[in-house]
Amino acid sequence: MSREEVFEKLNGVFRDVFDDEEITVTDATTADDIEEWDSLEHINLLAAVEQEFGMKFNMGQVVSMKNVGEMADIIIVQIG
Amino acid sequence: MRELEYPFDGELILKKSKKLKRALLEERSDFLEKRIAVLGGSTTHDIIRILELFLLEQGIRPVFYESEYAQYWQDVMFDNPELRSFAPDLIFIHTSNRNITAWPSVSDSAQRVEELLSEQYGRFQAMWDKIAEVYRCPVIQNNFEYPFFRLLGNQEGVCPQGRIAFVNRFNEKFYQYAREHGNFYIHDIHYLSAAYGLDRWADPLYWHMYKYACCMQAIPVFSHNLANIIKSVFGRNKKALVLDLDNTLWGGVVGDDGPENLEIGQETPMGQVYSEFQSYVKAQKEIGVMLAVNSKNEHENAIAGLNHPEGVIKPEDFVLIKANWEPKSENTGAIARELNILPDSLVFVDDNPAEREIVSAQTAGTAVPEIGTPEQYIRVLDHSGFFEVTSLSEDDRKRSEMYQANMARKVQQERFADYREYLLSLEMQGTIRSFEAVYMARIAQLTNKSNQFNLTTRRFTQAQIESFAADETYITRYGKLADRFGDNGVVSVVIGRKGTMADTDIYRRGETPGAAAGSGMTADSAAAGSGAAADSTAAAGSGAAADSTATADVLHLELWLMSCRVLKRDMEAAMMDSVVEACLDCGIKTIMGYYYPTAKNAMVKAFYQTMGFEKTEETDTGVTVWRYEIPADYEKKNTVIRVKRTSKAQQQRLLR
Repeated sequence: MSREEVFEKLNGVFRDVFDDEEITVTDATTADDIEEWDSLEHINLLAAVEQEFGMKFNMGQVVSMKNVGEMADIIIVQIG
Repeated sequence: MRELEYPFDGELILKKSKKLKRALLEERSDFLEKRIAVLGGSTTHDIIRILELFLLEQGIRPVFYESEYAQYWQDVMFDNPELRSFAPDLIFIHTSNRNITAWPSVSDSAQRVEELLSEQYGRFQAMWDKIAEVYRCPVIQNNFEYPFFRLLGNQEGVCPQGRIAFVNRFNEKFYQYAREHGNFYIHDIHYLSAAYGLDRWADPLYWHMYKYACCMQAIPVFSHNLANIIKSVFGRNKKALVLDLDNTLWGGVVGDDGPENLEIGQETPMGQVYSEFQSYVKAQKEIGVMLAVNSKNEHENAIAGLNHPEGVIKPEDFVLIKANWEPKSENTGAIARELNILPDSLVFVDDNPAEREIVSAQTAGTAVPEIGTPEQYIRVLDHSGFFEVTSLSEDDRKRSEMYQANMARKVQQERFADYREYLLSLEMQGTIRSFEAVYMARIAQLTNKSNQFNLTTRRFTQAQIESFAADETYITRYGKLADRFGDNGVVSVVIGRKGTMADTDIYRRGETPGAAAGSGMTADSAAAGSGAAADSTAAAGSGAAADSTATADVLHLELWLMSCRVLKRDMEAAMMDSVVEACLDCGIKTIMGYYYPTAKNAMVKAFYQTMGFEKTEETDTGVTVWRYEIPADYEKKNTVIRVKRTSKAQQQRLLR
């Protein structure tokens, strides 16, 4: 899956989770950029991303992930 | 909503919860509002988020109180004022084995293990007792799931020091408390985690990262199961199971294959599957579920199939058998009408997706599960929780008998030209008394599930019912009705509050005077739904309303309901007689009645008129106010039911 395709799918997940069709994420997007993205919604977001790509984040990854770009990096490595 | 019916896609629900919530709120407006306190021993945020969806799906609109992280015990024991003023209708305590703070170690003596158990159990018991005393509302308490590792391997359950042995004994203590206390329900996460898969359920990532007691993906299963208890407590269980026959209760088509060639019994694997399903269905009768047949068949073929010698379920197990060539949606509607229940109390089971579709589209509110293949039928029905058991009353166990007796009455009725003569032929005996301890559960149950013959549609918990019974300000009456065909049990409830004419103003707004009992008394009616309800505490606090009963000369009827199974039996007249008598006993000559319209209670719109009341007012929300002056020469309205008034205890007092 190309990086563009990963981001396209990520947009769909973000839109579902935050119920906002306007969201478009980039490498630099962080929780500060999306109003409803707090620590509690973060759990839900990660679960939805895992389901979308059929993969799992381990604890180390969850703790260190800084922005959507890093999230995409992990996804690309995991799904090969 | 399909997305929220078992079997559901939990990950979809988690992901799209916001959208689903919006759709649920648009789907209907007649929600029953309930205040639910969630007291957590771990994170509860997403549990609440998903629980809300499953409750909305059941027509219950929750308002939540969420304790601070892991403050479940402190909130109760140290009287958190916020929780007090929230005045919950129900408290859910979300604890898990992560809240067991002192586990036995392998070197502990058996006596030490015992001490650990009773110390920690004592904390729970003290909390439950305090809730019962202060909040007097139903409590739902998680039991404990197994730990995800086993230090002692397969001996964990054998050695008293093992965690599995410890959890088992802890849970048994919880169950014992539940057996001995009403209004206390176990949420069985022990079973749930096993059914889900303990390794996935207990994924430690979710505990260490977010302090969740179970994994995120298990939350829909968790909240669905919890919502089932809540809707059952608030009277939203289904009542009847409507079943197709061919390829649902047996393999094959009886009309084509002949009854002797059906797959049922121990001869073939498929026959065994259907036998097991028939046993499961038949057992539903014992928890008060009524069974009916809705099948495209000649009637005689249906009966022949049900009389198959290897079959478990027989024609007499059903209260109604509709085997004909009508559309199944029409049969479903007819079944609801004949049983005097609403279509949303039915569950329709059919192997054929096309039949499910037509019933689902045409019969509003009837549950139509995606039942799957024959070997899945039991699991789908069972996990759906349509008939979640929270109290097993004698009435529940006898329900099928009672409806069958009703059918016999209908036959009887056809033999009489004169209706009064028919009523007399029933040899009815009523018992009408103030609320008594043995019936409190049934009375509370009735206030929560009666929708049609219900003037004010006020919902009460058992604790509230008990408080009315103990309060001199209230006149309470329950009515039982028996006749030559059977005993209907408690079928009618009236609650009146003594006050003055000035109180009328409060009632016409859909509110109630008296702040103490006021907490849970939100009527889910159009009137209470209006903006005026918001200032109820202000209204209750002020006014001369709450004064002593010394000046009370008016009885305000806060509740009048009757089960539809005894419609047109003059039971309402007998209740009226009893209420009038109670009024005269305490010098009250005026009775005020109120009708709050809902989507379901149009049948009693003019009820007070038929009882001889005079309409004094009609508000723009459709609330009507009725006045009755008891005449000096009041004549009993009921002339067909023989009524017993005094209880044994009262008789004994009189004799002394």
